[in-house]
Amino acid sequence: MTTTPIAGRATAVAARATDLSKVYGQGETQVVALDRVSVEFRQAEFTAIMGPSGSGKSTLMHCVAGLDTFSSGSVRIGDTELGSLKDRQLTKLRRDKIGFIFQAFNLLPTLTALENITLPMDIAGRKPDRQWLDSVIDMVGLRDRLGHRPSQLSGGQQQRVAVARALASRPDIIFGDEPTGNLDSRSGAEVLGFLRNSVRELGQTVVMVTHDPVAAAYADRVVFLADGRIVDEMYRPTADAVLDFMKQFDAKGRTS
Amino acid sequence: MFRTALRNVLAHKARLMMTVLAVMLGVSFVVGTLVFTNTLSNALQNSSAKGFDHVDVAVTAEAQESKGNQLARTPELTDELLERSAEVPGAASAIGVVQGFTAIADKDGDLVGGGFQSQGGNYWGTKDERYPLVDGHAPKGENQVLIDSETAKRTGYKVGDTVRLSIDGPVLKPTVVGIFTTDDGNVAAGGSLALFDTATAQKLFGKAGTYDEIDVRAAAGTSEDQLKAALDKALPKDKVETITGGELADDQAEMISSSMSGLKQGMLVFAGISLFVGTFIIANTFTMLVAQRTKELALLRAVGASRRQVTRSVLIEAFVVGAVAGTAGLLAGIGIGAGLRSLMGALDATVPDGPLVISSGTVATALGVGVVITMLAAWLPGRRAAKIPPVAAMSSLHAQATTKSLVLRNTLGALFSAAGVAVVLAATGMDGSSGQAPMGIGAVLLIIGVFILTPLLSRPLIAAATPVMRIFGVSGKLARQNSVRNPRRTAATASALMIGLTLITGMTVMAGSLQQGIDKMASSALRADYVVSMANGNYLSTDVDRTLRELDGVTATSPLRNAPSRIGGETEYLTGVDGSSITQLTELPVDSGAFEVGGGKVVVDDETAKSKGWRAGSTFTVHYEDGKSDKLTVAGVYEGNEMIRGIMIDNRILTPHLEEPADMQVMVKTADGTSEATKDRLEKALGNNPAIAVQDKKDISNEIAQMFTLILNMVYGLLAMAVIVAVLGVINTLAMSVFERSQEIGMLRAVGLDRKGIKRMVRLESLVISLFGGVLGIGLGVFFGWAAGELLAAKMPTYELILPWTRMGVFLLLAAVVGVLAALWPARRAARLNMLAAIKSE
Repeated sequence: MTTTPIAGRATAVAARATDLSKVYGQGETQVVALDRVSVEFRQAEFTAIMGPSGSGKSTLMHCVAGLDTFSSGSVRIGDTELGSLKDRQLTKLRRDKIGFIFQAFNLLPTLTALENITLPMDIAGRKPDRQWLDSVIDMVGLRDRLGHRPSQLSGGQQQRVAVARALASRPDIIFGDEPTGNLDSRSGAEVLGFLRNSVRELGQTVVMVTHDPVAAAYADRVVFLADGRIVDEMYRPTADAVLDFMKQFDAKGRTS
Repeated sequence: MFRTALRNVLAHKARLMMTVLAVMLGVSFVVGTLVFTNTLSNALQNSSAKGFDHVDVAVTAEAQESKGNQLARTPELTDELLERSAEVPGAASAIGVVQGFTAIADKDGDLVGGGFQSQGGNYWGTKDERYPLVDGHAPKGENQVLIDSETAKRTGYKVGDTVRLSIDGPVLKPTVVGIFTTDDGNVAAGGSLALFDTATAQKLFGKAGTYDEIDVRAAAGTSEDQLKAALDKALPKDKVETITGGELADDQAEMISSSMSGLKQGMLVFAGISLFVGTFIIANTFTMLVAQRTKELALLRAVGASRRQVTRSVLIEAFVVGAVAGTAGLLAGIGIGAGLRSLMGALDATVPDGPLVISSGTVATALGVGVVITMLAAWLPGRRAAKIPPVAAMSSLHAQATTKSLVLRNTLGALFSAAGVAVVLAATGMDGSSGQAPMGIGAVLLIIGVFILTPLLSRPLIAAATPVMRIFGVSGKLARQNSVRNPRRTAATASALMIGLTLITGMTVMAGSLQQGIDKMASSALRADYVVSMANGNYLSTDVDRTLRELDGVTATSPLRNAPSRIGGETEYLTGVDGSSITQLTELPVDSGAFEVGGGKVVVDDETAKSKGWRAGSTFTVHYEDGKSDKLTVAGVYEGNEMIRGIMIDNRILTPHLEEPADMQVMVKTADGTSEATKDRLEKALGNNPAIAVQDKKDISNEIAQMFTLILNMVYGLLAMAVIVAVLGVINTLAMSVFERSQEIGMLRAVGLDRKGIKRMVRLESLVISLFGGVLGIGLGVFFGWAAGELLAAKMPTYELILPWTRMGVFLLLAAVVGVLAALWPARRAARLNMLAAIKSE
């Protein structure tokens, strides 16, 4: 397994889904959330997953991130096949290899900002790498807020804490679920900037689910999902291009 | 609105289960208490009423008042009075009743019906309608006896067997010639009854030619009152009293119900405690229910529901819960009442048979308590619910825990606690009886004060656990922080346990210290190796002392002979001792003068000396029961105790004046000291009499200890209920916390805390809260135990505070077990939480 976070601009794959299917229910009431999806997330790449509601974009992320089980196919994080893992091993994998950023920040109100940032390492019983931690904290600009509790921080600051938490343990890959969904546009832009910087400067791999074309434009690549299938992808997206595509796509969706 | 409220009750079934359970437990405890005591007193009343079926009018001796220097003598009910009673117009027959103590040994030589009365009596003539024979025939002479069927069943004695009996010391070995049934309440309660023919009974019980009571049956057509009037006319009014069977039954019923009222009150206190604790659990639950429904309630407000409607919807919900739980509690309580009765039966404490009594009052209490308490408990959360701003419906964030200042609460709590401590401390300075009321008030104030203060106390006390919690890593850290996150809730949860443990600890400390004190008192003044007494506290025949005195290896004996006398126009009891050996047998501290008993010299305990104004050297005149008098000199004043007190006089002076000398106990000093062999020899010399207890100091201690253990076990059993309620409370709080924090738990799982870690976190939180309650409870309990002990110490110089460390350790462990047990289910739930649902934003 490669654990070096900075692998240069290599095209090594951080996570890969092959023929991934997720089916709810049986028989007549069967709902296919993911239909034989194959996708790769390369190291040091910032990928956005887009698609209309119910397209399966969140399900895809949850399955790849080891948060949800899948019906068939395979998911690999680095060299680890997720399908064969038990809950404990999955938990350990999430703890050590994956970082998360949620829409609702999901910080622990009883912990200070710093404690929230180091939480995954505390859980693992590891000492954080001081230097790395310092650089992450400086990057998100939280140096003077470390002793504050989440309730004393603004939404943007809280999400910056969440970003720092995801980065602090140097995971192989970071998953974000609508990370700017609860933020105003300025705070949202800040958070997206941090994510992009972490990819460009630190070689971090980031996968983000979003419905906001502006957010998607920060990514290196956008993957479009509809009805549980990947319908298209776009490299070096701009907000306008993404918006155009979505419009087109929506229209197609309506006529079909 | 009603429909909304009702829907809510149904929608949150699982959540409400806990509330229902909490209310139910409280109610069922109250109901169980009522049912049990009602049933028991009803059955006892019935059995006593049955016991008077054969009496229409009872004739008893009229108690006389002592006047001047003459000790009163009770008139005798002679054969002559019996005959006159039987011949009164309207009387069908008259029976002379003779009663006394008769101990029966079972086949192993042990006393039958230990703890209850071992009674003896007379069988009237050849066919006594009071005691229908089921086997055999009427007794005749000293060698024939009847025993009751219950005793026969318990011991296996049959007609023709020889039984060993004892009246006041010497052993009798008559043959069982018959077995009878009786509705005597005492037998129903587990006692035994042995019957002799009338002349033998009179002789054995030392009442030759006289009766204790004459029972007269009315002839057909004569009422009890008519018969009573006729008897009053025919019999000397100054010598006898007449009372109808109906009145006798009423008197006894009243006596029984008043003796039951202590038990009833005691049990109701515990029921009250569990209800009190339950109230907070209910209030807690509703607070949490409301907090969880913030959005829903805000939505109601947003679409136009008024504050009052919101409050009312919460109250309606509480009403439904209360009614359901009250009914369930009623049923469970009836079960508990019935269970308690059979439990007592199983513990060999035979309780009289009778139907289960479920009075309308009990039912009303159950439903009233259930509904009223629940609604009261829900009232505050209901008001809080009404204050939720409609805008809360729009917010996507979970309701934040109220961070309202605790200043007012803390001030109030501090005031209450300080007042409580002050009053309790002041009460400890008072003497025994006058200090009781203030101490009770102080205790209640302090408990309420601490109760109010628990949120404040929770932070420092739980912080003290930090080093230990560190061992558990992140789980420990989170658990500690979660437990102080909502101090009010933590406090309410911990107080449930606190109150239970306060009582348990207080009782244990007090009982332990008291036991030690009594123990010391009983043995410290005693130099004798053995004390011989009647097992039931009756008088011993003077033969016992005589037998022991002449036994080889016995170096000194002295009886404690009790005799009334008149001194200075008042009745005083004299304690007759063997003046020459008493100093070898006792070691009482002497305040003044010398401990010298003999001739005209007596010693007096300090209290009597004080009340009479005597000092060493004082003289006084005593009038004995035979009317003769003596001039006595106080040789010394000693410090009396519960066992030995009063005016000690030499038996050589006292006994000649007594008609029937009888001893309370005999103290024995032997050449070899205490040993099994010596004890055996003494017992053998007394005919291995089951009714006579030969005890050394250790036996006496054990007996005292046993008594306290019994009382404590009963208290523990009852308080177990409060602990169960407390467990439910902790489960409740945890389940709610888990629910409220589902998003956090989901996130923790996502970032890598495994199920074990989550479980550990919940368990540790539970443990911390429980131990917090435990520490508070044990601390308060020790304080109360100490304070109550100070009161007792005023009366008992040997009292000394004993802290039962092992027990206290067990209690703390119990608190920990409560914590762990209570966390089982919530922890599982937390670990099983659907991670995705938990982290998905709304």
